[in-house]
Amino acid sequence: MNNLIVNLSYFIAAVLFIYGLKQMASPNNARSGIQWAGAGMVLATVITFINPAIHGNYILMILGIGIGGGIAWYTGKRVAMTDMPQMIALYNGMGGGAAAAIAAVELLKRHELPFSVQLLAVLGALIGSVAFSGSLIAFAKLQGIKAFSGVIRFKNQQMVNAALFGLTVLLGLVIAFSGTEYSLFTLFIFFLLALIFGVMMTLPIGGADMPVVISLYNALTGLAVGFEGYVLGNPAMMIAGIVVGSAGTLLTQLMAKAMNRPISNVLFSQFGGSTGEAQAVTGSMKAIETPDAAIMMAFAEKVIIIPGYGMAVAQAQHKIQELTKLLTERGVKVKFAIHPVAGRMPGHMNVLLAEAGVPYDLIYDLDEINEEFATADVALVIGANDVVNPVARTDPNSPIYGMPILNADYAKNVIVIKRGQGAGFSGVENHLFFADNCRMLYGDGQKVASDLINAVKEF
Amino acid sequence: MDGFTALYIFMLAAFTGYEVISKVPVILHTPLMSGSNFVHGIVLVGAMVALGQADTGTEMFIGFIAVLLAAGNAVGGYVVTERMLGMFKTSQKGASKA
Repeated sequence: MNNLIVNLSYFIAAVLFIYGLKQMASPNNARSGIQWAGAGMVLATVITFINPAIHGNYILMILGIGIGGGIAWYTGKRVAMTDMPQMIALYNGMGGGAAAAIAAVELLKRHELPFSVQLLAVLGALIGSVAFSGSLIAFAKLQGIKAFSGVIRFKNQQMVNAALFGLTVLLGLVIAFSGTEYSLFTLFIFFLLALIFGVMMTLPIGGADMPVVISLYNALTGLAVGFEGYVLGNPAMMIAGIVVGSAGTLLTQLMAKAMNRPISNVLFSQFGGSTGEAQAVTGSMKAIETPDAAIMMAFAEKVIIIPGYGMAVAQAQHKIQELTKLLTERGVKVKFAIHPVAGRMPGHMNVLLAEAGVPYDLIYDLDEINEEFATADVALVIGANDVVNPVARTDPNSPIYGMPILNADYAKNVIVIKRGQGAGFSGVENHLFFADNCRMLYGDGQKVASDLINAVKEF
Repeated sequence: MDGFTALYIFMLAAFTGYEVISKVPVILHTPLMSGSNFVHGIVLVGAMVALGQADTGTEMFIGFIAVLLAAGNAVGGYVVTERMLGMFKTSQKGASKA
């Protein structure tokens, strides 16, 4: 009887997960989507206490859920929206670690297992361990912990990593094929090597590529969970894990494509690879004062704002929202153009703007808005750089050539709010800044934005 | 479970994941990654079963770690996703005339 209730609950949970993810396809009902999925999770967790497969350790179970869940609840409620990517990495890593730990418990018992079960247990252990230690390094990098930030490389790194990976896989195969005959020492070394590999694989990857890596580890954790679900004979874990595995793989591809960085380049850390001379810049950067910029916008018909991560760093999004409201009240049409990689990961900028109170129907993707720049009076660029650099269209020798960009340079006037004169994170000179229709508005994003608000109010 | 039944489940689940995600707009990609991160928090159920079957001290310790981490995955994933999605508002019912 209990068995029936347990299986039925797991089935309902699996349905709710898929329904919840599907509901997320639109911002209107996305929130109810996650709530349905949450209900499924609570149901599955509570019902597991009467799962006949369990015969003890209930106190430890409640303790683990209380402590782990409590800490996650506390940190999740407090984390700033700008720090969201690394928190996702952290929670994801925990899931991967849990999948690996499940495999460890099963493999420690050295039971007679069918070959397919033993193989998937080992595979899930490998993938889960890599996702665990890799995600922790990704977290440390994005959090700006000194020892891990930046790109850590040494000679023959790829060879060392390949050898390490080969050895780990070899040990895994030995365990999978040896029935109950493998030694616990072999098992220990296998887990250790898998964890080290996750660290080594992530160390050489730079912070800007981290979103792709986090998304990849998210997919890997899903796979590991799905495989361990097979080991435990739990279809809900199998379905939820593999759904996330394939969804995460698709998401990773979308992100890599948006950044114009093939996944293999991200993982094996080659930036650019261009050899030719970059096109020379013609023209000069021309500065503009706040009142003149304010006039241009106040009397414009259409203004398109292009925010980048620099805006979030300067905490200027609330001021930008105020400016948007002010301009809208004057009858100016204001739209936001979001590049797929604006912020720290795709969609991150949307979250930051949503937090500041910008309505999402003013926010447009690259594909939706690129045609409109030609009809815009002003394109206001704040804290963005490479994503508006026209050399991506014109200069085949540039490392960012071919990356889809926002065509800000097609607008009648371009105003760039920028702290200083430096190049973007790719180190590529931005030809937009030298264009005839472009004016530079130097200063801290938040201060400039509030000056603009005051200036617009006077007209 | 029969290996082939598992293979069928994996295959169908993979297509489901692909279909469900391919329709999500870019503006929701971050919450979506976080939401799918939450969904694999179902590993908590497996962790509880593993801990519930643990006999030796080592097994119990590792099982406990599994439950601890899995609970962090599930709860953390839910909290941040819910927070992000709660922020999306439209201007249609607001005061602006855009």
